[in-house]
Amino acid sequence: MPFLEFEGQQLEVDEDGYLVDWESWKEGIAPIMAAQDGVELGSEHWEIIKFLREYFIKFQIAPMIKILVKEIGKAFGPEKGNTKYLYELFPGGPAKQACRYAGLPKPTGCV
Amino acid sequence: MANPKPEELIRINHVPPKQAWMDTRPDFRPGMFCYASKAKSLEYVGMPNPRQWSVKDEDWHLPENWQEIFIEGLRERVDKYRSFRLFLDICVRCGACADKCHFYIGGGDPKNMPVLRAELLRSVYRKYCTTSGRIMGKIAGARELTIDVLKEIWYYAYQCTECRRCSLFCPYGIDTAEITILARELLNLLGLNIDWIAGPVANCYRTGNHLGLQPHTIKDSFDMFIDDLETITGIKVSPTFNRKGAEILVVIPSGSMFADPGTFTTMGELLLFHELGLDYTWSTFASEGGDFGFFTTNEMAKRLHSKIYAEAKRLKVKWILGGECGHMWRVWHQYHNTWFGPVDYLEEPVSPITGTRFENAKSNKTVHITEFTADLIKNGKLNLDPKRNDNLIVTYHDSCNTSRGMGLLEEPRFIINNVCNNFYEMPENTIREQTFCCGSGSGLNASENMEQRLRGGLPRANAVRHVHKKYGVNMLACICAIDRAVLPPLMDYWVPGVAVTGVHEMVGNALIMKGERKRTTNLRGEPLPGMEGEEDV
Repeated sequence: MPFLEFEGQQLEVDEDGYLVDWESWKEGIAPIMAAQDGVELGSEHWEIIKFLREYFIKFQIAPMIKILVKEIGKAFGPEKGNTKYLYELFPGGPAKQACRYAGLPKPTGCV
Repeated sequence: MANPKPEELIRINHVPPKQAWMDTRPDFRPGMFCYASKAKSLEYVGMPNPRQWSVKDEDWHLPENWQEIFIEGLRERVDKYRSFRLFLDICVRCGACADKCHFYIGGGDPKNMPVLRAELLRSVYRKYCTTSGRIMGKIAGARELTIDVLKEIWYYAYQCTECRRCSLFCPYGIDTAEITILARELLNLLGLNIDWIAGPVANCYRTGNHLGLQPHTIKDSFDMFIDDLETITGIKVSPTFNRKGAEILVVIPSGSMFADPGTFTTMGELLLFHELGLDYTWSTFASEGGDFGFFTTNEMAKRLHSKIYAEAKRLKVKWILGGECGHMWRVWHQYHNTWFGPVDYLEEPVSPITGTRFENAKSNKTVHITEFTADLIKNGKLNLDPKRNDNLIVTYHDSCNTSRGMGLLEEPRFIINNVCNNFYEMPENTIREQTFCCGSGSGLNASENMEQRLRGGLPRANAVRHVHKKYGVNMLACICAIDRAVLPPLMDYWVPGVAVTGVHEMVGNALIMKGERKRTTNLRGEPLPGMEGEEDV
């Protein structure tokens, strides 16, 4: 099982780099994961990551893209509430890349 | 990991390797297999040997007596299931099935010929369960169960989608899917599942559905559908959840509650039920029609399936209406009665709208939604405007499980022909009973095995490509949640320009409702044909 080094600790991640235990996530982890992809996180990335994190804590699952789009639009304005914007921020896809930075597990089932 | 380009993937080599099949070992190439089951997924449901392991590792961390467990398990099942013994004994290796498998067609690996895939287990059966195999060994087609043989069985048991297309062409009627099902069951004795199956199984046992949706998550998702439907139609639908005394319990796959485009199918169903004034309820517990337990073991399938009836009993409904899901119907149609016998606390389903008695559902008390809706249309109970779907040129993909698994062939087509004006069939040897699998069924719809999925989906995609070129087909309709999840990337890869829909999404679009406002968009929020310039009010 691969690990992610963080503050002297070894945090378990799965084959695709998602944290195994979502509760072991700390804010400092996201920039480390992003740096591995060559991405530097700005405040706009953090708006999404924080939303995903809060959504997950409430619902125990990552939101559907259309919920994400809708809620981000509501909170930060229509210019941010669209998939194009989200894909520009997270070229690997908001569902995959942003959820990984936010410490969320991969979704499963008929999805 | 980047996938090969279509023009690379299409160069398929069907020339078998020079050496004998027993001497050829599988190449565990990334993209061609799924990740190993995680310890926590197995622990949650008490499956054997939960531990951390990786397919790529030499050591799969098996119990010391793994051979004994596997062979004893095999003997036990051969004794228990006469069909299994028969299927292992009677194959004459005629090869009629060989070129019928989508994985063989799209991949070229001879061990994906169903006859040879089954032979992987059959050879072990001969060695340990037959006299000729025990004495004559290799000459009688028998071989020892070594660790390499076990790994090979694992590799190919998860390269079969249990679609049963091969069985259709077998002159003996051998159900090769049953062999895969039991091979997987034996592998599960050693903790050798894939996590894309084991994870949903654990989720389903915990929350009632594969995605792990909690009651308030389901409610939140439906609230969004309700808002969107009000915007589109001006009508506020008001579904109920876990309501005791409702006449009908509706059960759909959880993917249709929480993943596009399945959500649009659910929205279509919400509109239909509202328009009918149906006395029905959703359940946040029986919140999964599908049964990934069916891809694990017979016992696990039973365990997960039973929740639907427990909930029907608790809510005191009269009967169950099942949604657009694939393998849920194979379980219901082919296994339910053997497992649980006729259900005596529900009533024989009768449509409250048309009075039609669904005699085919006399035993399990469960009606397929396309049977229900086709009956409504046939009796003139729905006011439909197919022109609203005029932007769609539609073809229909039969899900393996609803077509071969339950013979549901006409109802979806009847509905489609009533809700849209442009419907074209794919070539006849690729539809109905002969339908080609989506390439990702039986729990193989993970992302790490994408090359395998694209290869397995090639025959289906190729048939879609044919009608796309010939008739301009731009929409692939289906009635299965795995289909709705996996066909969009398959189409994007092989046939760009073809989208995917559930049948009841099209019903929802065509349905003229009492008191609705003039619709300008479809359920996806896209302009209806002829409404492209209209302002959304």
